[in-house]
Amino acid sequence: MKPAPFDYVAAASLEEAVAALAAAEGEARVLAGGQTLGPMLNMRLAMPSRLVDVGRIASLKRIGESGIKLVIGSGVTHAMLEDRSDPSPTVRLMCQVASTIAYRAVRTRGTIGGSLAHADPAADWITALMLLEAELTILGPPGRRTVPMRDFMRGAFATALGPADVLEAIALVKLSPKARWGYCKLARKSGEFADALGAVVLDPARALARIVVGALGGAPLSLPVLAERVAREGSGAATFENAREAVATAAPGLDAVDLQLHSAAVRRAILQALAS
Amino acid sequence: MSGYGKPGSGIGARLLRKEDARHLHGRATFVGDIALPGLMEIAFLRSPLAHARIKSIRVPPALRENVYTAVELGGVKPMQANNSIPGFKSSDYPILATGKVRFAGEPVALCLGASRALAEDRCQALALDLEELPPVVDALAARRSGAALVHEAWGDNLFLVTSTDTRFDELSGQADVVVKRRYKLARQCMVPMEGKGALAYWDDRADQLVVYTSTQVPHIIRTGLSLCLGLDQGKIRVIAPDVGGGFGFKCILQPEEVAVAFLALTRRHPVRWTEDRREHLVAAANAREHHYDVTAYADRRGRLLALDAEITVDVGAYSVWPFSAGLEAAQAGGNLPGPYAFDGYRCKTYSVATNKPPFTPYRGVARPGVCFAIELTMDAIARAVGREPKEVRRENLVPASAMPYNNVTKKHYDSGDFAKSLDLAAEKIGLAAVRARQKGAEPDGRLIGIGFSTYTEQTAHGTKVFAAWGIPLVPGYEQAAVRLTPDGGLEVRVGVQSHGQGMETTLAQIAHEILGIDPADIKVVHGDTALTPYSTGTYASRSIVMAGGAVSRSCQTLAERIKRIAAHLLQCRAEEVHFVRGEVHGPRGHVTVREVAHVWYLRPENLPEEVDPGGLEATVGYKPKVDSGAFSYATHAAVVAVDPEIGSVEILDYVIVEDCGTLVNPMVVEGQTYGGTAQGIGTALYEEMAYDGAGQPLASTLADYLLPGAAEVPRLRMFHMETPSPYTEHGIKGVGEGGAIAPPGAIVNAINDAIRHLGAELGDIPVTPRRLIEALMKAQAGAARGAGK
Repeated sequence: MKPAPFDYVAAASLEEAVAALAAAEGEARVLAGGQTLGPMLNMRLAMPSRLVDVGRIASLKRIGESGIKLVIGSGVTHAMLEDRSDPSPTVRLMCQVASTIAYRAVRTRGTIGGSLAHADPAADWITALMLLEAELTILGPPGRRTVPMRDFMRGAFATALGPADVLEAIALVKLSPKARWGYCKLARKSGEFADALGAVVLDPARALARIVVGALGGAPLSLPVLAERVAREGSGAATFENAREAVATAAPGLDAVDLQLHSAAVRRAILQALAS
Repeated sequence: MSGYGKPGSGIGARLLRKEDARHLHGRATFVGDIALPGLMEIAFLRSPLAHARIKSIRVPPALRENVYTAVELGGVKPMQANNSIPGFKSSDYPILATGKVRFAGEPVALCLGASRALAEDRCQALALDLEELPPVVDALAARRSGAALVHEAWGDNLFLVTSTDTRFDELSGQADVVVKRRYKLARQCMVPMEGKGALAYWDDRADQLVVYTSTQVPHIIRTGLSLCLGLDQGKIRVIAPDVGGGFGFKCILQPEEVAVAFLALTRRHPVRWTEDRREHLVAAANAREHHYDVTAYADRRGRLLALDAEITVDVGAYSVWPFSAGLEAAQAGGNLPGPYAFDGYRCKTYSVATNKPPFTPYRGVARPGVCFAIELTMDAIARAVGREPKEVRRENLVPASAMPYNNVTKKHYDSGDFAKSLDLAAEKIGLAAVRARQKGAEPDGRLIGIGFSTYTEQTAHGTKVFAAWGIPLVPGYEQAAVRLTPDGGLEVRVGVQSHGQGMETTLAQIAHEILGIDPADIKVVHGDTALTPYSTGTYASRSIVMAGGAVSRSCQTLAERIKRIAAHLLQCRAEEVHFVRGEVHGPRGHVTVREVAHVWYLRPENLPEEVDPGGLEATVGYKPKVDSGAFSYATHAAVVAVDPEIGSVEILDYVIVEDCGTLVNPMVVEGQTYGGTAQGIGTALYEEMAYDGAGQPLASTLADYLLPGAAEVPRLRMFHMETPSPYTEHGIKGVGEGGAIAPPGAIVNAINDAIRHLGAELGDIPVTPRRLIEALMKAQAGAARGAGK
């Protein structure tokens, strides 16, 4: 379990990283926190000819605000998000999501950008950022572009990132102070990848009601009809049957057990949001 | 129960472990820590297929010098572990696959490199051409005629079939109630913190092959290497340095360690192989997989009259040396009756060859499986007769008044009060309160259940038991060598190996008990064939009984010699002196042990005429008066909350009432029990190495093979009983395996108790959310069908 030989480039800037990736003609991989790529290299499931380390690019580690938006550098670690003390709903939600990822040692190195770029359907950020309708800034050889989360993940482990693209930042519109949210992760043990994810935000001030079901075969799915009903009717709509109907319609391929788990995750997330 | 223990530093004291300082400071030395000039690392090319004929292995010419296949290992003999149980079929376990591969992960070739990465690069350059054969994956299907064959020469896939019948027809005919169940345990890996590792080099000065290996049984490994390599045992020195957990995985000779020894012998430079986690998961999933068909015959109170069982063990591809492919089933058939008194027993066991890694005895050896089967059956009987399972269980236990007791499989239970451990467990966990709580609904919709599991643990079974199995290893007398140093310290040398058991502390406590020397001044040396008396090693919960007894006896011999010299110095008769805390007291004064040592080594002119010329060094052998085993036992009780919607199980409370005879160090007993119980929780709820239809292992990292972590192991509340064994030195019984035996029975009984009113019951473990939800769905569908009629 040792990696095959590769050439290593520690990029000093995002532009340098893109150039180093482009020069490797599709044979390079971006190294961020290395918490997934490291084991993949060791098991030789990934054998890139070059690793472009973006871990030293300071700008990727910033969390900032820009008007109504929160902007998170792709190199921000799960631990940095977990440790934020801001009481706003957006930050609390992200803090909650971060705290359920693996265990602390992994969270101190693993990054939000790395998790998105890897696009494991069972990973937390994929679902949470779909919920928050994040927009991703990507730098590639032609320049900078913005991709909404719903167009970013194209399937299991497949994204809109090209071979020489680097994910730069994640921007999302902050929830209003009275927004309510729920996040339910069903996993066999603490810190594991999810077997089912349900995520909910109810933010009447922004006329926003979203429910997302995650840990599916591919990208997470939005359940807009159920979300509208919950926004309209409150807890009366939060029945298991309603959740199951919504999940079964959105993800028709699930077997009976998976349908039950995903429905339960969705329902529990709704109940959390309504109770908050 | 943190307060339990005796004052002082001898037997019964909660002495802090002497070995912990080096571990806590990161200064221990494992095989992987050793650095030698010119060391080359080994990587194995492993079969990607479960069952295939090897057509060719293409080696690039530039790599030839650093690549070995079975051809280059030509002179090395395969391992052959037979046993003398009639009908056992012999087979070879090759060092590198020969002719065909029999499991995915089997070593086919090896490459050397200056680093592991380079060795792996070379493996990748080899081209293995395999012709796929139909894989044998399911042990029950493999028993049928017409199944593909793992070992063609046999004509079937059966390593061994045994059957016994004791008064079965007579007693089963008297039953009022018949309960039939099927049980299944998943295949597991043992996953010690440190995987296997071996390093070897040729020592020209000693004219010896020196093998550092992560093993529980250094002397046995020396014998095994000698057989495979054709090298005299005197030319081999085996050293087990710090070993990071064994659990049985490290009590067998592994093909990789034979290969390492062969390379060092023939190439004359140091070589090492370090097992990585993926190799361990894929190529060493080798434990626990049992199938049971059990039929219990009971009277209307639930009193068990007779038991009928068919046990199928999925033994994998090869017979491991020295324990053989027949031991697991022999232990299963012999131990299934557990702590219960009944007289009718019929049991058939099948040890089935499949295309999976070879089965190795894992902590508890068959008993976690049989305990699970009999304990679930006991609850099923209670449900069938409509009584409290704890009461039915209690009435079936061997009563204390019957001790010593010979059970239906002729196990000789030496001592104990099983019912008292059950009563105490029920009291401590609050059975009555749980039953009251179950009458109301939980606010969160979860379902509460309570379960019990009582077991016996045969420990330190000796010559007679192993001779009856007729495997290559039969333990006899165990020896310990003790030596007073010139400054009055004590060296204790034992042939067993301590890899987490704390024996550097507990054996020192036993020596302290006899000689009064401060344990801080007692050095326990183990794990080196050159420095220690011969021993078959550490397995079967034997070391504290056998090596502990031998240390006690050798210290007693030494004490007599010390007294003789002390009496001379005190100018009194030897009968007039006695030991007091490391001093020898006579009628008119005392001398210290240190002064006695000083005289023997440095002032021999002051010795008496009649002194024992053996001096202050003694090797004494020991085995218990009755060596069929000292039986420890315990009751585990669990309260769980089952969430029927998401199939989750939370352990709300867990109580252990254990009795391992005289406690040498209660803290060490508790540590052993905590660790074993964590593994048992893994067996019950998490750990599973699944295989697909092609025989491919479906977990290759710890993200797929789930182990219980800190958050999954609840606070375990432990209580002690102490019934000394009448047969062993100091009344000590073994305790290493017990913790792992009971949890599946207690936890799954609790789950079944929680979901009983839904008409659902589980018998397959681990109880995953999927299995639990499916059982509930099946019960619901059954109820709906019933209602429709």
